[in-house]
Amino acid sequence: MGGHLNGNHLLFLGQGMLWTFGLSVIALGGGGIAGFIVALCRVSPSRWLRIASGAYVQLIQGMPLLVIMFLAYFGLAAIGVQVSPLAAVGASLTVYVSAYLGEIWRGCIRSVPRPQWEAAEGLALSRAQRMRMVILPQAVRIATPPTVGFMVQIIKNTSLASVVGFVELTRAGQIINNSLFEPFLIYSIIALVYFVLCFPISRLSHRLERRGGAARETLTPA
Amino acid sequence: MHIEFDFPAVLERWPSFLGGAVLTLELAFIATLFGGILGAIGAIGRRSRNRSVANICTIYVEAIRNTPLLVQIFLVYFGLASIGLKFSAFSVAALALVINVGAYTTEIMRAGFDAIPQGQIEAAEGLALSRLQIYWHVILLPAMEKVYPSLTSQFVLLMLASSVTSQISAEELTAVANYIQSDTYRAFETYILVALAYVVLSLIMRAGFWGLGMLIFPRQRRLGTPL
Repeated sequence: MGGHLNGNHLLFLGQGMLWTFGLSVIALGGGGIAGFIVALCRVSPSRWLRIASGAYVQLIQGMPLLVIMFLAYFGLAAIGVQVSPLAAVGASLTVYVSAYLGEIWRGCIRSVPRPQWEAAEGLALSRAQRMRMVILPQAVRIATPPTVGFMVQIIKNTSLASVVGFVELTRAGQIINNSLFEPFLIYSIIALVYFVLCFPISRLSHRLERRGGAARETLTPA
Repeated sequence: MHIEFDFPAVLERWPSFLGGAVLTLELAFIATLFGGILGAIGAIGRRSRNRSVANICTIYVEAIRNTPLLVQIFLVYFGLASIGLKFSAFSVAALALVINVGAYTTEIMRAGFDAIPQGQIEAAEGLALSRLQIYWHVILLPAMEKVYPSLTSQFVLLMLASSVTSQISAEELTAVANYIQSDTYRAFETYILVALAYVVLSLIMRAGFWGLGMLIFPRQRRLGTPL
């Protein structure tokens, strides 16, 4: 115990920050792919796919991410499936993010104006073609601001990886605190780093939202 | 590989789980109530003509919304300790959750305020309602009715997020689970059951908010339509 915050500590925090960034990318990539599948299932013509994906979303959205992480790390280990902290955290974040992004994107696909679906059908496009060439390109524009906004949630949620011992930004701070015991100073620095990571993305999402409003108006058919 | 599940060994601890669930709901209730009040004050503050009041409210909202709850909890926990104040883990957890949800509520309520047509406020002024009456009847209640669905999902998310307070050993549901799994060596069964318990708690909260909405917004009850 004792000592002062020095360059090595900051370097360690820097490494933690890189892992926070890395985890966010994993969560966005994995959760994005899974979430896209969930969104497609949610608007599927098959009733059973809609019900199953809806149940999945309700179930995951009713659980805290922390418990999902405990389940993936300690729970699986207890029944003999050893997973590394990175694998457990990556899988938990993917599952968690997929439920939220899937629901956000379902709303975006649904909010493409109805006549667009009908017009595409009238042009004798197959369902896959309709999705790929007419609906999704428009849905992507609607989906951009909320998705960027959700990225802030993802970055913040990676802090929970610290509880299963994964050394990202928060855990790095805890480890440094264990040797220096200056919790208020260290957690203030950590909070500041998260803020610096998240604030620009929040602003971007906000800007896109305002611009998107105008773009969507031009999309509405006469 | 042979996997054997033993749910009964975990289920027989149900009184502890129930105690944890009650504490989780208590935390959620306190945070919803005081966070809601704080959020309403924050949203009014952001509309203030006094620039510094509006700025302080904006800084509060942005600072909370762009940092993780876990770090906020640590800051409150160690911050209070460093100025020599000793509180129970439960009080610290409740305080951190109130501060956190207050910022989100401020942002949601602000959207509700923005959705109130200026003409309505002018009409109320024309009818010589006092400032307080205008805020209550013309701005706050209708705004709350408009954003009620967003508010309630935020509060349910808050209940789920309260699991994080287990990290400062508030004895809520997740902390109970951590204790029971270390005692029974049945981590998988414990966390499955706790995850399902949270699903049930969020359903209970949603049903409660639906009922409350019917109670406090008579328009919704009589016409079945939101504003």
